[in-house]
Amino acid sequence: MKSLDRVKNIATPFVFGVVFLGLWEGAVKGFNLKPYFLAAPSKIMEQFLKNTTRIWEASAVSGSNALIGLCIGTIFGIAMSFLLSRFRFLSQLVTPLAISLNAIPIFVLVAVLNNMYSITSEIPRRFMVTLVVYFIVLVNVARGLTQVSSIQVELMRSYAASEFSILRKVRVPNAIPYLFTALKVAAPASVITAFVSEYFGGLQNGLGSRITSNIANSKNAAAWAYVLGACLLGLAFYTVSIILESLTRKGQSK
Amino acid sequence: MKFVRRIAYRTFMFLLTLVLLVGIWELYKKVGPQDGGMLFGARVLPRANDTAMPHVSTMFSRYGRPEVRGSDKEIWQVVLSGAWFSLRLSLVGFFLGTTVGIGLAVLMARFTTVRRGLLPYLVMSQTVPLIALAPLVVSWGGKLEIGSFVWPRWLSASILGTFLAFFPVAVGTLRGLTSSPLAAVELMSSYAASWRQTLFKLRFPAAVPFMVPALKLGASGAVVGVVVAEISTGLKGGIGRLIIEYAREATGDPAKVFTAVFGAAALGLTMSGLVAFFDLYLMRNRPRETST
Amino acid sequence: MSAVANISAVEVIGASKIFNEGSDNQVDALLDVNLTIAPGEFVSLIGPSGCGKSTLLRLIANLLEPTQGVISVNGKTSAQARLDQDYGMAFQQAGLFDWRTVSKNIELPLELKGWNKKKRAARAAEMLELVKLQDFGNMYPWQLSGGMQQRVAIARALAAHPPLLLMDEPFGALDEMTREYMQGELLRICAETSTTVVFVTHSIPEAVYLSNRVVVMSPRPGRILEIIPVNLGSKRSELTRAADGFFRCITSVREALRGTHADHVASTAIRGAEER
Repeated sequence: MKSLDRVKNIATPFVFGVVFLGLWEGAVKGFNLKPYFLAAPSKIMEQFLKNTTRIWEASAVSGSNALIGLCIGTIFGIAMSFLLSRFRFLSQLVTPLAISLNAIPIFVLVAVLNNMYSITSEIPRRFMVTLVVYFIVLVNVARGLTQVSSIQVELMRSYAASEFSILRKVRVPNAIPYLFTALKVAAPASVITAFVSEYFGGLQNGLGSRITSNIANSKNAAAWAYVLGACLLGLAFYTVSIILESLTRKGQSK
Repeated sequence: MKFVRRIAYRTFMFLLTLVLLVGIWELYKKVGPQDGGMLFGARVLPRANDTAMPHVSTMFSRYGRPEVRGSDKEIWQVVLSGAWFSLRLSLVGFFLGTTVGIGLAVLMARFTTVRRGLLPYLVMSQTVPLIALAPLVVSWGGKLEIGSFVWPRWLSASILGTFLAFFPVAVGTLRGLTSSPLAAVELMSSYAASWRQTLFKLRFPAAVPFMVPALKLGASGAVVGVVVAEISTGLKGGIGRLIIEYAREATGDPAKVFTAVFGAAALGLTMSGLVAFFDLYLMRNRPRETST
Repeated sequence: MSAVANISAVEVIGASKIFNEGSDNQVDALLDVNLTIAPGEFVSLIGPSGCGKSTLLRLIANLLEPTQGVISVNGKTSAQARLDQDYGMAFQQAGLFDWRTVSKNIELPLELKGWNKKKRAARAAEMLELVKLQDFGNMYPWQLSGGMQQRVAIARALAAHPPLLLMDEPFGALDEMTREYMQGELLRICAETSTTVVFVTHSIPEAVYLSNRVVVMSPRPGRILEIIPVNLGSKRSELTRAADGFFRCITSVREALRGTHADHVASTAIRGAEER
């Protein structure tokens, strides 16, 4: 019955989605809901198609900030995690910091960063994304490098292998799935952070600012269309990270 | 006794990290380019002068001085009341989010169809910037009326916190509810226990270890939701608005914005501290896991 | 206990169980099993992996429905017996709830039956005495050893004083010494409560030591090959383990199993080498 299960797994959410949209459309039309409260899906779609180029441009701005931050943050995160796995003292310094940063709305630092750079620079937003991604990647990859099976390490030691060998042959392969777990979290986080950073002023050419300006002009359906664009951007990033993960899984027997 | 020593050690290390961060900040101020600089062809080095990067000591002394010239309120009072305002909003958002999240999780555990239909959307929702909805939700404030109840603007901020909180809580609780070993479920079946009895006597207690990290995520989600809502709409009274306001005055009063930023950090830590206490209570009788 | 000794404790008539009927992964777990167990008897089910002994136990427990055949417990259908709580069950993993104290674990079936607090506490205390764990009521399962946890599981299974006890390799995860001690305890407890027991095990000495009869089952599809009576008397002890009768019974069981083993190894002529 496995194929039936698979069909059910795809069909059910699809049906749920269609029903939800139908109810939404019906509620707006039926209860005559004001557009400032809820816009009808049909109107949203209409606005989306009307503004596709503009939405694309805005997404490109937010998306590029997210992407740059994602790449740089990942590189630095991986580099630092190697240091952390080598020098346990560093780990004891950095890990509590990383954990507490999880609880804090760290993106408020953009207000500070905007002041440290010129007002028209995209750097504060990219810096912020880098920072957020950095910590996510750091914590996960460090865990992957250090939480290796003790049996494997003992085996390598019995071969009188150097620490560097152990790193290459045991720790790094162990850490790769952890890296992709981190990316699956960091990719959407980069989009969200890039997004939120736009609320702190500065250049108003990204998705976030477009949404605010459309609402200020009472163009709610258009605002929703940009929200849709933002969701698509986030999904795109997440999908890419999943694809990357599956590429590395090809050889492994997991 | 060992427990206390461990906590003392961890606190010491944490403080040491903070000291190092302050050190790096001040060091950069000493050696960094006063007007910002280039690295690899891009303007990535921030300005090191006192306007852009005030001394850490200035940041702290700023707390004791009045908020606005001529005002009798010192900044720490203003920041504290702003953080307190946002904390209450976050708590409302967190409670609502936890309730909805747990409710959904129970529904999904009970009805496979609901789980199949809803779970993909829940997972997706964690990857899209729901915060984009912030301005939309806040615009309901003052305009939406349900009978005699007029939607207050602050509720929108809490609702955004709810949006961000309920997803991790729902997913974590669902995993916990379905985590019971088959033998335990068979045991309850052998007692001819109803689904409801099995839920309360087996599934929920078994789910607690899974709910604890989910609640932590929910708490930070609630804070993020509230703060973003405040920032994107300038909601009066909250710490988000203070940050935006003070950021605008940064050229004249650079240390001011830091006071609010630290306030936001304190908000986050307080919220997570409250949830951590609650977690300790929930796990009070469980075997202690050896910490990594 | 029950005055009417004519009703069998368990009656299995023509029971078959097929999983995933009609599909590629169809499993014929049991085929036409017939078994009658008298009240107060201790019966073991033994056989190679996959012979369906656990499945048979679960049919009796009404955790599974038979594809064919009828199962009655205590004169009722197995479903009714389950609703009436006519049996208690114990598994290999003690399956105690980590978040409840030992006493509260034992009280679980009583809570579900709606007993009031006082009655539950009294019965839990009584059961703790029965399994000799009186001082451990307020501790948590993870503070106890494996053997002690199993004793709590047995106490829980018998808390509502059911006439029937179903056990699925409860001592499988214990070391040999603890196992032998637990076997003795189990016999003592069942004698005191006059409970009928159906006991699934992998271990031949365990089956022989504990039972009045040993049911030997064949590999998939599970059938009953032989039922071997064990005439070692009702008062068993450490001495029993050294008795000749003990070893003879073990050998009978082993040969019955071997017969199955040879079938299992199909056409290879190992049988000639095996027979000494």
